[in-house]
Amino acid sequence: MSRFSAENLTLAREIVSRYPRPKSAVIPLLHLAQEQEGWISEEAMREIAELVGVTPAEVRGTGTFYEMFHFEPIGRYLLNICGTMSCALMGAGELMHAAEEELGVRAGGTTDDGLITLHGAECQAACTEAPCLQVNYRYRFRVTPDGVRQLIADLRSGALSDEIPPHGTLATVRQHIPSDRAVGAVDPDVDTAPPAWIPVTVEGASS
Amino acid sequence: MSTTEDTGAEVDDEVVEPDPDAVSITVNGRSVTARRGDLVIAAAERAGDYIPRFCYHPRMSSVGMCRQCLVEIDTGRGPMLQPSCMVTVSEGMVVDTESETTKRAQEGILELLLANHPLDCPVCDKGGECPLQDQAFSHGPGESRYVEEKRHYEKPIPISDLVYLDRERCILCDRCTRFADEVAGDALIHFIDRGNATQVNTFPDEPFSSYFSGNTVQICPVGALTAKPYRFKARPWDLEQVESTCTSCSVGCRISVHSSRDRLLRFQGVDDEAVNWGWLCDRGRFNFESVHADRRLAEPLIRSAEGLVPTDWSSALSITADLIRSAVDGGGPGSVAVLGGARGTNEDALAWSALADALGVESRDARLGDGLGLDLLDLPRATIADLASASTVVLMAPDLKEELPVLHLRLRDAALRSGTRVIEFTQSGSGLTRHAWRSIRHLPGTGASAVAEALADAEVAAQLASGPVVVVAGRQNLAESAEALSDRVGAVLAAAPEAGVLPVLRRGNTMGALAAGLHGPRDAADILREAAEGRIDLLILLGSDPLADFPDSRLARTALARVGRIVSLDGHLCASSEQADVVLPVAVMGEKSGTTTNLEGRVTPVSQKVTVHGTARPDWMIALDLASRLGVDLGVADLGDLTARVTADDRGVWSVPTGVEPAHFESVVGTNYDFRLVLSRRLYDAAVSTQCSPSLEGLAGGRGLSVHPSDLERIGVASGDDVKVIGPRGSVVLPPGCRTASAPTRPVRSDCSRPSPTASNSSSKRTSSPSAPIGWSSSWRRSSPSCRPS
Repeated sequence: MSRFSAENLTLAREIVSRYPRPKSAVIPLLHLAQEQEGWISEEAMREIAELVGVTPAEVRGTGTFYEMFHFEPIGRYLLNICGTMSCALMGAGELMHAAEEELGVRAGGTTDDGLITLHGAECQAACTEAPCLQVNYRYRFRVTPDGVRQLIADLRSGALSDEIPPHGTLATVRQHIPSDRAVGAVDPDVDTAPPAWIPVTVEGASS
Repeated sequence: MSTTEDTGAEVDDEVVEPDPDAVSITVNGRSVTARRGDLVIAAAERAGDYIPRFCYHPRMSSVGMCRQCLVEIDTGRGPMLQPSCMVTVSEGMVVDTESETTKRAQEGILELLLANHPLDCPVCDKGGECPLQDQAFSHGPGESRYVEEKRHYEKPIPISDLVYLDRERCILCDRCTRFADEVAGDALIHFIDRGNATQVNTFPDEPFSSYFSGNTVQICPVGALTAKPYRFKARPWDLEQVESTCTSCSVGCRISVHSSRDRLLRFQGVDDEAVNWGWLCDRGRFNFESVHADRRLAEPLIRSAEGLVPTDWSSALSITADLIRSAVDGGGPGSVAVLGGARGTNEDALAWSALADALGVESRDARLGDGLGLDLLDLPRATIADLASASTVVLMAPDLKEELPVLHLRLRDAALRSGTRVIEFTQSGSGLTRHAWRSIRHLPGTGASAVAEALADAEVAAQLASGPVVVVAGRQNLAESAEALSDRVGAVLAAAPEAGVLPVLRRGNTMGALAAGLHGPRDAADILREAAEGRIDLLILLGSDPLADFPDSRLARTALARVGRIVSLDGHLCASSEQADVVLPVAVMGEKSGTTTNLEGRVTPVSQKVTVHGTARPDWMIALDLASRLGVDLGVADLGDLTARVTADDRGVWSVPTGVEPAHFESVVGTNYDFRLVLSRRLYDAAVSTQCSPSLEGLAGGRGLSVHPSDLERIGVASGDDVKVIGPRGSVVLPPGCRTASAPTRPVRSDCSRPSPTASNSSSKRTSSPSAPIGWSSSWRRSSPSCRPS
């Protein structure tokens, strides 16, 4: 099922060509697969392995290190409720309770309609705004239990679909590097020029 | 030392140039000389100071995973704890492996490693020979402060057909995963879920089906990886062991044979610098099971009206002696032929060769039509060490990964880490193709022109001239003649006259048997042809099975049907011995002592570890007994005499004498066939030692045909349908066992030339495309565009 679409396959090949070693493209391609399907299937990992010339085991080994790659089907919206110190003190427990009650699933679960997955999360680096949560990694600050219920209602009604893209979407705007500014795939073993951040001594200039 | 400007004769012998790579360091207060680039852990070990370790392995790169080898190292900035497997020696370095700080650090690491390690040593296969157990006693704190619940995983999960993984015991040292990636090149196991729940695992539904998986079991420093054939079979302290040589193929890996209560239980690789570096392939490691197989012959058999019936040795030997006498007296020595001998020891071969000499029997051959020409074996021989240090290796051989797996590892290592450049001539790709500097694909029958074309390339010529060259020569396509190979090797040697040749021979002791004299003016094919014409009265099979092994099975069948009498010496009953008039059971490897000769010409001992099965005897003993019954004197009385003759050989290397002129290969002739056949073998085939080993039996895939999918499509065969292959010498129906990732230029390829018993009547199978004849043997024609070499 989840092979890359024709369009994404072209993009995947282009991504591979950006690197001196195809293997370096594993993580960008995992992002691409997750963007397409919302999660990363075995089939996707097999295809990535083929594209970059490693074994599927290596792709799995690399990908499973990262918290934000999901290897099981995930809802359109991923709700991450922070449970670390500041948020815990400011009532994260009630938020989770409210979310579980409203969604009818426990933390880690996905609603039957496949819309929302609820996860407990570690610190999201917004302690001054505790308690906080993320929907598809978009912040909601100083959330109250009622706020959680309202958020879920909005997600269900589609009121937030403009603001929050489906899970897996990296960005709504793609970065474009003009070809004259692109570094290109320079093999580090071949490239002998000094790195750009080392100031070049002007020849003939005295110290 | 300024005197060195004069000739060497005037230089004082005692003045030795200081080694520019020598580095002097201090280990535990003593001054030690190491070499630049040495790791501290290795330098200290050589100086007699053992530093505990788990992840460090001298044959693999250091990763510093386990931290157990922390020691205090002072390089002028004061002593600091550093992992000694990650630090190279430097001048003036002071290492303390016994300081209080070092001890505390090592104890702390061990306590952490044991925090999650189950204390199931009493039921663990590794218990008693476990580095974790041993070092917990020698370098551990003695007790643990951890009282929490340990990590739990499902206990052992099979990660392949041969290896089980117990993740609870794993200490994440990265040895197995590093081996799979670095050494074997099969990165099928990997750390997954890295973080708090790191574990070693495979990709789902993609098992660790490496030919080298058994090595991970041997190098695992805990009991996390266990081999199916050995699980719960013995405790290490019950094992007896003896060093020996593996004879599964002609590499001759050094092994340690372990047995308990007179049964072979496992083989472990022994680290021999010159040969196998401690690695073994799974076939060599696990096919010892065949020694105790049900199919072993326990007593002599003779043919009667009811077929083969058991008898006693004395009557079997006197019948054999009578058969020999009447054949020699009746039709002369020319009516007797000896085939085989490559499965035995040098002593076996020498005894039978001496017996044949005494009787005047000239028709003998240890090869079975799939060996190399004697002219090739007489070329300057290279060693495996030469191969590993050569600047260029010219590979004109079958896929080494399938035929000589450990040689494949050595060459892969040289190509990846020593800068050896591999120039490969191949008809269907190999395990080394991706590491080759040049991989030259050519169609069967066009090897000579491919070689000539490559040698004309200036870059190739410059590469050949840049340093030592080793040519690895073997039959990569049994449908081609051995002479074709000799010509190609000759062409390379003309371009690189100093090059050495490493012959690729599949059967263990072909080299030793030929050196002992088991070859004559007529080779196996000639002998079988004579037999088919009814000119052979007595055929003696020394552990050979022409019906299964000889490439032209129709000739072998006719020959064995027409031959007067057959005497077979074999460990197991095989297709050919079932047709014999007398079957003499022989001792197999593990049951007899002697020496064997590997493809380099290196003579190494094989050792008896268990008593023979039933009343089996070694081949040499049978030869000596027959000699005395026939009244001929071989000049040897026992095994010691034979071994003395092998080792006293004054030619230095136990080389193969030959007076045979190199033959010349007739050029390619056009035929009407659409495809060309590459006949090759897989590691696991219908060999008796594989088929009689329960752990390996299921791994043999049987016969199969690889055709490129686009060719299949072109001739209109749906994938999965059987294909009928038609050639000038017959036809055969094969399932298209198309391997994945076949390159688009792959010509037709038939894997495993040995008919497996189940496939022998395959002609009754469904035929999808009888209209698509596929050429084989010496008849070739330019095939479809998709079969053109890249």
